[in-house]
Amino acid sequence: MKMRRCVYINDDNLAQDLYCDNRISNRKYTIWNFLPKNLWEQFSRLMNQYFLLIACLQLWPLITPVNPVSTWGPLIFIFAVSATKEACDDYNRYISDKKANEKEVWIVRQGIKKLIQAQDIKVGNIVWLRENDEAPCDLVLLGTADPLGTCYVETAALDGETDLKTRVIPSACMGMDFELLHKIKGVIECPSPDKDIRRCDANMRLFPPFIDNDVCPLTIKNTILQSCYLRNTEWACGVAVYTGNETKLGMSRGVPEPKLTAVDAMIDRLTGAIFVFQIVVVIVLGIAGNVWKDTEARQQWYVQYPTEGPWYELLVIPLRFELLCSIMIPISIKVSLDLVKSLYAKFIDWDDKMVDLETGTRSHATNTAISEDLGQVEYILTDKTGTLTENKMVFRRCCISGSCYGNETGDALTDEKMLNAVSSGSPDVMQFLKVMAICNTVIPVKSSGAISYKAQSQDEEALVRAAAQLLMVFENKSGNIVDINFNSSLIQYEVLDILEFTSDRKRMSIVLKDCQSGKILLMSKGADESILPYARAGQQIRTFAEAVEQYAQLGLRTLCLAWRELGDDEYQEWASMFNEANSTLVDREWRVAEVCQRLEHGFDILGVAAIEDRLQDGVPETIETLRKAGINFWMLTGDKQSTAIQIALSCNFVSPEPKGQLLIINGKTEDEVCRNLERVLLTMRIADAEPKDIAFVVDGWALEIALKHYSKAFTELAVLSRTAICCRVTPSQKAQLVELLKSCDYRTLAIGDGGNDVRMIQQADIGVGISGREGLQAARAADYSIGKFRFLKRLILVHGRYSYNRTAFLSQYSFYKSLLICFIQIFFSFISGISGTSLFNSVSLMAYNVFYTSVPVLVHVLDKDLGEKTVMQHPQILFYCQAGRLLNPSTFAGWFGRSLFHAIVVFGITIHSYALEKSEMEEVSMVALSGCIWLQAFVVAIETNSFTVLQHLAIWGNLVAFYVINWIVSALPSSGMYTIMFRLCRQPSYWCTIIVIVAAGMGPVLALKYFRYTYRSSKINSLQQAERLGGPILSLGNIEPQLRPLEKDLSPLSLLQPRNRNSVCEPLLSESPSATRRSVGTGAPFDFFQSQSRLSSIYSRNSKDN
Amino acid sequence: MSSGDGVSQSSSKKSKKPRYSRFTQQELPACKPILTPGLVISTFIFIGITFIPIGLSSLSASDAVVEIVHRYDEVCISSNANDDEAAHFARIGYIQDDRTNKTCTRTLNVPKKMKQPIFVYYQLDDFYQNHRRYVKSRSDEQYKSPENEQKTKTCEPEAFNDDRKPIVPCGLVAWSLFNDTYTISINGNTIPINKKDIAWRSDRTHKFGSNVYPKNFQTRGLIGGAKLNESIPLSEQEDLLVWMRTAALPNFRKLYGRIETDLEANDKITVVIQNNYNTYSFDGKKNLVISTTTWIGGKNDFLGKIYITVGGICLFLAIAFILVYLLKPRPLGDPAYLSWNKDPASY
Repeated sequence: MKMRRCVYINDDNLAQDLYCDNRISNRKYTIWNFLPKNLWEQFSRLMNQYFLLIACLQLWPLITPVNPVSTWGPLIFIFAVSATKEACDDYNRYISDKKANEKEVWIVRQGIKKLIQAQDIKVGNIVWLRENDEAPCDLVLLGTADPLGTCYVETAALDGETDLKTRVIPSACMGMDFELLHKIKGVIECPSPDKDIRRCDANMRLFPPFIDNDVCPLTIKNTILQSCYLRNTEWACGVAVYTGNETKLGMSRGVPEPKLTAVDAMIDRLTGAIFVFQIVVVIVLGIAGNVWKDTEARQQWYVQYPTEGPWYELLVIPLRFELLCSIMIPISIKVSLDLVKSLYAKFIDWDDKMVDLETGTRSHATNTAISEDLGQVEYILTDKTGTLTENKMVFRRCCISGSCYGNETGDALTDEKMLNAVSSGSPDVMQFLKVMAICNTVIPVKSSGAISYKAQSQDEEALVRAAAQLLMVFENKSGNIVDINFNSSLIQYEVLDILEFTSDRKRMSIVLKDCQSGKILLMSKGADESILPYARAGQQIRTFAEAVEQYAQLGLRTLCLAWRELGDDEYQEWASMFNEANSTLVDREWRVAEVCQRLEHGFDILGVAAIEDRLQDGVPETIETLRKAGINFWMLTGDKQSTAIQIALSCNFVSPEPKGQLLIINGKTEDEVCRNLERVLLTMRIADAEPKDIAFVVDGWALEIALKHYSKAFTELAVLSRTAICCRVTPSQKAQLVELLKSCDYRTLAIGDGGNDVRMIQQADIGVGISGREGLQAARAADYSIGKFRFLKRLILVHGRYSYNRTAFLSQYSFYKSLLICFIQIFFSFISGISGTSLFNSVSLMAYNVFYTSVPVLVHVLDKDLGEKTVMQHPQILFYCQAGRLLNPSTFAGWFGRSLFHAIVVFGITIHSYALEKSEMEEVSMVALSGCIWLQAFVVAIETNSFTVLQHLAIWGNLVAFYVINWIVSALPSSGMYTIMFRLCRQPSYWCTIIVIVAAGMGPVLALKYFRYTYRSSKINSLQQAERLGGPILSLGNIEPQLRPLEKDLSPLSLLQPRNRNSVCEPLLSESPSATRRSVGTGAPFDFFQSQSRLSSIYSRNSKDN
Repeated sequence: MSSGDGVSQSSSKKSKKPRYSRFTQQELPACKPILTPGLVISTFIFIGITFIPIGLSSLSASDAVVEIVHRYDEVCISSNANDDEAAHFARIGYIQDDRTNKTCTRTLNVPKKMKQPIFVYYQLDDFYQNHRRYVKSRSDEQYKSPENEQKTKTCEPEAFNDDRKPIVPCGLVAWSLFNDTYTISINGNTIPINKKDIAWRSDRTHKFGSNVYPKNFQTRGLIGGAKLNESIPLSEQEDLLVWMRTAALPNFRKLYGRIETDLEANDKITVVIQNNYNTYSFDGKKNLVISTTTWIGGKNDFLGKIYITVGGICLFLAIAFILVYLLKPRPLGDPAYLSWNKDPASY
């Protein structure tokens, strides 16, 4: 049972402290709880707990190998960075809260208007707004400047829709005197705060002396929600019902679950593996150390081991090694990753090639942490309207009572036949145009003679505009009176009720009273399947159905228009039911829909209007490129099947016959769906081996059944098929499909533009919103917002791919350098009596981890393995990212091996060339450290594909900085390494040692890399060679055969009867592609390419012969 | 997100347009080297032909060093025990006995002419100066200034003497100071061993105080190594300073002194060794080393050998790559390797 709240209007005495005041607080912390709360949050992460444990252990001087500062320093630094970031964010929130809280508003207190701060508003206060004021809390309207009680609000901040919406005062307050509004008393019963900005099912009752003692229903239309702006209305006043953080906006705020990228998950797994390795090392060395201690060290009198140790004596050496090895897990990796990730996000924000020139909208990465995932996308689920199409609706054709207009010219507005019909005043056409002009929620705005229309729905706007062009001008709407100007004669209607559009009903209706004749009319428009079945008995609907089908095949959106006359009694009876339904608090939406249903039948179908929604620029190319990159596309749309298929064909979603094949699953019953599903599945299984483009099409109804009863079969289908079209799906089904693909372990990207895509966008691994014409709602909820669909190509192929490559290198390199220094420590322990002595001093260790080795690698964010153009030309290269080729256990093993090899080189050469009389501890340690620094500089250099100035500066500058810093430290008499670096740099043997370390360390790496690069080259290598040598790159386009016939050559006819087609394809290969598809990622890297390149070289030779 | 945020965000989006820069567009001019056969092979050839001469010259430098290494720990104790274990304990008994005469005279032959300065080292094998317990047991603060006399916390177990007075210099390292002495003479003429300036200058001037005098040193029941003259400040106790520069390896040499006269070939040197230091408990070795030095330091073939090895391997690799290149040419960026299977993912 829902909780209720009762708001007593304008009652200063009653206990209004029940509800919170209007103080908005988005802050996570206060000054007092910041430190503990922030620390608690940071330490709830496993990695941080580990570091804290290590740092605490280091406080025990008996076991710490180095000064505790070497761990505490970086730890505190890292924590300080995160905490500062949090604090800054929180402070900004506090400032913006403060601004909102201290804004001055007019309210009524004791019958007098007073100016107070917004934060002092209490529930029940009457708040006055003037034009262009922002509502400080959720208000129920009481009065407006408009005599009819309407006002306009802009809800952009709430849902991103920039059109004006009409709000009306409740009927009970209608006609109330301006003065009385100060004294009004009453009670509003409303639900407990929730975040549904589309509904507010409340009731209001005014107290005497206000006449209307009935319960008056309130809807969202009677409210002004927090952060909406009052527009085009001089003033409005309302009673505060929800305040502070309990407003609709406040409730819908919330921190979404942080998304974890596949790369992050892999890094976590690798960290776990390293941790296990570390534990093994610790145990082995701990045991060895204890054994050595008991057998050898006790004889070494100069060590003075006591014969009897404390109880924990056995633990001391293992714990020492634990501390010594704790640097295996690089403490800096988290910070560096955060840093580079925010830079990836900035690169997206900055990208000039992803700016929508029409609106000047830049792309924006809201979520800065998941750019790598963009490069690993396997499935893209896309909305149709507004995403693939422009969502700029233009009325193109219509079919009115059997005659079609606009078929020849493609534009009904210029069709002679139509113009003749209008000028001759054909009654059917007239009625059709009237419905076009009136049956909507459009608001005409007159400005300097011209009328512009503000509409929530693009379809409605298109219809009204078209009607206006055909001389039926929707001129004015004042209150309930609608003015239509036809051929300069005014027709007036009074709007009695609006039966609003919902995605379930798929139609909207309007009840009107003709002001001249007094007749009551019902006008409806909606999707064919929700209008045509309700035609009056006896009307022939076949022509309309055919027209709908025909238009849909052209990719047009269709709307059926209908009307009927209502009897007075019928209307009165219905109106009372409608009112009752509208004032229910529970399940209002459903009740209203049911009541609407009672009126919407027996239609006189007027005709079908066809609206064109043009494809956005570059959509076919984008989809083609991304499909070539191995990304599977699913289209999820609310539109009808034929329209969806048509759009799919025209944007390369599916290939036309005979290359492509569409398999359709529909049916209304379980059996039908089941049979269809099995048939499609069978075809898929057989056909997948051959290079055919097979897609399945499923409608919302069948999908519902399939997901409910045959989810296993459907999942298999989902895995098998590269393309799918789901039409007539609801927002929650979209989200369900995303969930389904995610559960099969695919990386999904959902892209959409409207409020109905929000759930899908939030559900997907990556949500991309198009900041389009349906408002910013989707863009807000999304991780990335782009201006146009075509930017997706660049977002994935350029930004996603680079991000993945860079993170893959950076993370593995971080482990490499930590392991390198750690292996050296381990080796050193073998010649220091396995006692856990650290070869390196604390300062060097700390600086190595957080400074010397981090700077060069951070600049790796500028690295580009391939040029952007090359990637765009060869999108297939994305496969390396999708399959995780650059960061997986086997590449990691390579880095592990490299660090082991380098540690052996550094350590072996150092102890041999600095033996005997040179074996002074500080010197040996500095030689080894220098060796590590030099090697890591060369490792970064050899792994860098493109050197910019910054990279040179970072890599070689870092090397110089290493010496400068060490010279400075060596110049300090108080430091342990006083004069060491000067001494070393004067010794020729030092430089000889360093050079030979570099040569011995890098030589094999270079040789191996060269060998692979030339004789086992991956596609990336081949492309690099082609790109840099300049030659064949241009001819590559020709080598790629035109697999796809020209996409303009659509053959829509082949789709007319898709169900009757029974094309079963012969299998070429019998292996299950789904199995290979998944296993490719981890399988032996060379097999795949060898066989593939063999095949493809034959292939290309053939194509050259042609 | 606060109220009104949407408006401010959309307006700031337009104003936030960064100026076009090559950095923000990731279009910084970059050099993109690729591993062409020419580049790689010439790199290896270059390494090869530079490394081998360097290796040869450092080998010859190492060769030019004249070095006399004489292990004396075993020969200086006449052991008449038969089995090893008994010998081991006999030696320990001998070295720990204060009353025995530990003088030992050895005669060494100078193989080649040795030019001055000639360095005299002692070399200890299997002595873990890098053992954690050992290396940590010192207090650099105490050594530096007399005020820090009490700062012996890190010096356990050699922090205080039996009367709880702080030991200066404290710690195991100082306590175990090497105490064998050598006297060298040729044909009865004693050759002076200059023990001045054998420690690092920075140690004498900064690390050890010139006003810190040894106190309570070697006064505990257990005597480790050498005793110190309490009237000489630490900064002038150069043997101590040398010893306190702990070695990173278990086999190490430390400078004992310098001989500032040339030694002729086939000179017979007589060394009188005071064999005091106990390496017998842990079967360590003691060597006396008399050596000259060159630009690479003392005798050390390692650098020369590794240079020649690395250079040789590089040349070998270069030749191998050339051969493979000639026998199995594979043009870079050949389009044949570039065309894709139509659909890599479903392959």
